[in-house]
Amino acid sequence: MFELLGISPPALFGQLLLGLINGAFYAMLSLGLAVIFGMLNVINFTHGAQYMMGAFAAWLLLGMLDVPFWAALVLAPIIVGLIGVVLERLLLKRIYHLDHLYGFLLTFGLALVIEGMFQWKWGSSGAPYPSPIAGGWNLGFMYLPKYRGFVVVAALAICLITWYAIERTRLGAYLRAATENPTLVRAFGINVPRLITITYGVGVGLAAMAGVLAAPIQQVSALMGTNLVLVVFAVVVIGGMGSIMGSIVTGFSLGLIEGLTKVFYPPASNTVIFVVMALVLLVKPAGLFGQTK
Amino acid sequence: MSVPVMVEPLLKVAGLNAWYGESHILHGIDFEIGKGELVTLLGRNGAGKTTTLRSIMGIVGRRSGSVTFEGRETVGHPSNQIARLGIAYCPEERGIFSSLNVEENLLLPPVVKPGGLSLEEIYRLFPNLEERKRSQGTKLSGGEQQMLAIGRILRTGASLLLLDEPTEGLAPVIVQRIGEIIRQLKERGFTILLVEQNFHFAATVADRHYVVEDGRVIDMVTAADVKQSLGKLQAYLGV
Amino acid sequence: MSTRNIALFVALVLALVAPFVAYPVFLMTALCFALFAGAFNLLLGYAGLMSFGHAMFFGMAAYFFGHVVKAWGLPPELGLLAGVLGGAALGLVTGALAIRRQGIYFAMITLAFAQMIYFLCVQMPFTHGEDGLQGIPRRALLGGLLPITSDFTLYYVVLAIFLFGYGCIYRFIHSPFGQVLKAIRENEPRAVSLGYEADRYKLLAFVLSAALSGLAGATKAMVLQFATLTDVSAGLSGEVVLMALVGGLGTLSGPIVGAFIIITMQNYLAGFGEFVLVIQGAIFVVIVMAFRKGLVGEIAAWWKARRPKG
Repeated sequence: MFELLGISPPALFGQLLLGLINGAFYAMLSLGLAVIFGMLNVINFTHGAQYMMGAFAAWLLLGMLDVPFWAALVLAPIIVGLIGVVLERLLLKRIYHLDHLYGFLLTFGLALVIEGMFQWKWGSSGAPYPSPIAGGWNLGFMYLPKYRGFVVVAALAICLITWYAIERTRLGAYLRAATENPTLVRAFGINVPRLITITYGVGVGLAAMAGVLAAPIQQVSALMGTNLVLVVFAVVVIGGMGSIMGSIVTGFSLGLIEGLTKVFYPPASNTVIFVVMALVLLVKPAGLFGQTK
Repeated sequence: MSVPVMVEPLLKVAGLNAWYGESHILHGIDFEIGKGELVTLLGRNGAGKTTTLRSIMGIVGRRSGSVTFEGRETVGHPSNQIARLGIAYCPEERGIFSSLNVEENLLLPPVVKPGGLSLEEIYRLFPNLEERKRSQGTKLSGGEQQMLAIGRILRTGASLLLLDEPTEGLAPVIVQRIGEIIRQLKERGFTILLVEQNFHFAATVADRHYVVEDGRVIDMVTAADVKQSLGKLQAYLGV
Repeated sequence: MSTRNIALFVALVLALVAPFVAYPVFLMTALCFALFAGAFNLLLGYAGLMSFGHAMFFGMAAYFFGHVVKAWGLPPELGLLAGVLGGAALGLVTGALAIRRQGIYFAMITLAFAQMIYFLCVQMPFTHGEDGLQGIPRRALLGGLLPITSDFTLYYVVLAIFLFGYGCIYRFIHSPFGQVLKAIRENEPRAVSLGYEADRYKLLAFVLSAALSGLAGATKAMVLQFATLTDVSAGLSGEVVLMALVGGLGTLSGPIVGAFIIITMQNYLAGFGEFVLVIQGAIFVVIVMAFRKGLVGEIAAWWKARRPKG
């Protein structure tokens, strides 16, 4: 009676949940990309590698120091964020005056170095990370593993906290103003270069936190972020980078669209986001939430 | 060039040179401002007035020479540190942030010293701003944006205000209002360096005028001498 | 004779005698990638458009070549033609969409489309998924008159194809069309105000670049006799950027030099596995931080600075 086009509810809702989880990662990653791009004028190609580093940091913390998931959820983003801060101070800050292209190439190169080193040290086959919350709820129409439910809620909460911090706090106002006119903000007495470093660190930390959340669901592997970052680029093109809320909404929606495609036409599930991107480019080239800059 | 007798000047600019990329804009600017004074920089378009303000603030490509504030050298320091000494800048293009509402724009410049105006005092000075405090900054009228641009640097406790053409493109009523506000600020003890194209406006508020031409200060006229020097000033300004 | 012509002459002689001293398959591979990098550089260096998905044209053309020659049993000339036309057609569709956004978005869009093509290649039956097309026969050219089973003979065919492709690039850059493209790159609003339809010029450059990348990809399939997912991967898209960058963006000979350096490096480092990626990444970082003009560009700048202005 509850069957849609011959698809059983558990299959449908199962895929929708998977879509929501993917969407949560798209949202967290595109949010970080947008915040970083706003301040640094750099598309952070290293984002996928930093997501992977987050997952690895959690895995290593557990394996080597017995640090539980919940502590790693805080520690790993700090560690990876600090590594990001070092990269920004050493390399990125020297190329802000150049064309955007160079930031893209530089961070692409960094991604290759980081992913290559992890692959060299730990190989490319994944390692499992035990789920920190066992069990699940039987909702009648589907079985919901508790941890997966937690991931969706946690990712949504992190996105909304980020939105609040940027749109409603004093630090966020500095950030927004510095995105528009860094020279003037600096002439008001705000240390803009430090603000830029902090922004990069936080953006990278967000990617790492997404990686920690992903560790118990996916295998922890050197290349787990490689394809993801390419999909996230498409998400960013679809949403446009002008709006924080836009990134969040676009991320979650595209995850759901992907999930639905998996139910109704599985062969297209890998490519549907790119098709959406092509359609958006046709209809609204600046992106759904973008302003032409 | 004689400067009225004063104790240690608040701001002393000596041999200031400035460049934007390859182009050399300032060729040795010299002038000073005493505490509590209201001084203008007059001159034709392109004489280097705006660049002088930006150089004091440290936001030109490269500068050399000396700019001391309260006896401290600022050349060689980044603009955020210069602002922290107590200098505040209101740019010609006003620089209102479109992603911030009016109140966020007002609260943006951090307080660097005690003694600034409170938010309430600023709203009392500019009642329009309070009415529209939730509006997007760039949705205000030109006059309101100018008031916002001035208002937001009063909170910081800076004692020297650099105002770049605050009357540009505004209706006479608003120009008059801004004149009143500038006089009030002077009475409160602010030291003000004003760049103006509108000489008649400048003449009503300032203690002294420096004339800038080709990146140098070529003359100084006190308010008392303006009447006798009118012909000379008009020649300088080409009016 | 000018220094330039002497250099060209020496290069040509070197190219003709090269297979007597070096391994022909290595030379042919390098020539294919040199053409590919030249086609990429045409777009970035002269139209200011950075495509980060150029492997889609190269790789799809390799598949087209393989399918035409192996599955349909047609002569290699038709395979090459299919590669060029396939590359151009794909370039037309993706280019028309990508040029709707500018700057860094353009790079992200081309990258995303290339990823989509990659996923399609994993799934489509004619590409044979993970296995790829293997054992593409080297059929004789010119209706059976010119057998190419010998690497030695094939080398001269590939050299001719390379010279033809690079000749197209040279002609294009020095045509009025190329000049307009340069004007658009330097100041798009002004070029538009002069009445040039910037988007059309950009699209044409994109299609041409895609077609030549297709020629390079199809030739590579003819030489190495296979077409696999590697040929359409994001990794290869990055590699071609690296080749052009190492040699020098916006220089005519830079991509050739860059391609030879990278291919040689890969040959020597093949045993290091993943470490090749680390080294490639490090080269990206070093070039962006310190040698943005690339090898040819830096040498040209040094040469210029050494001599008094005249």
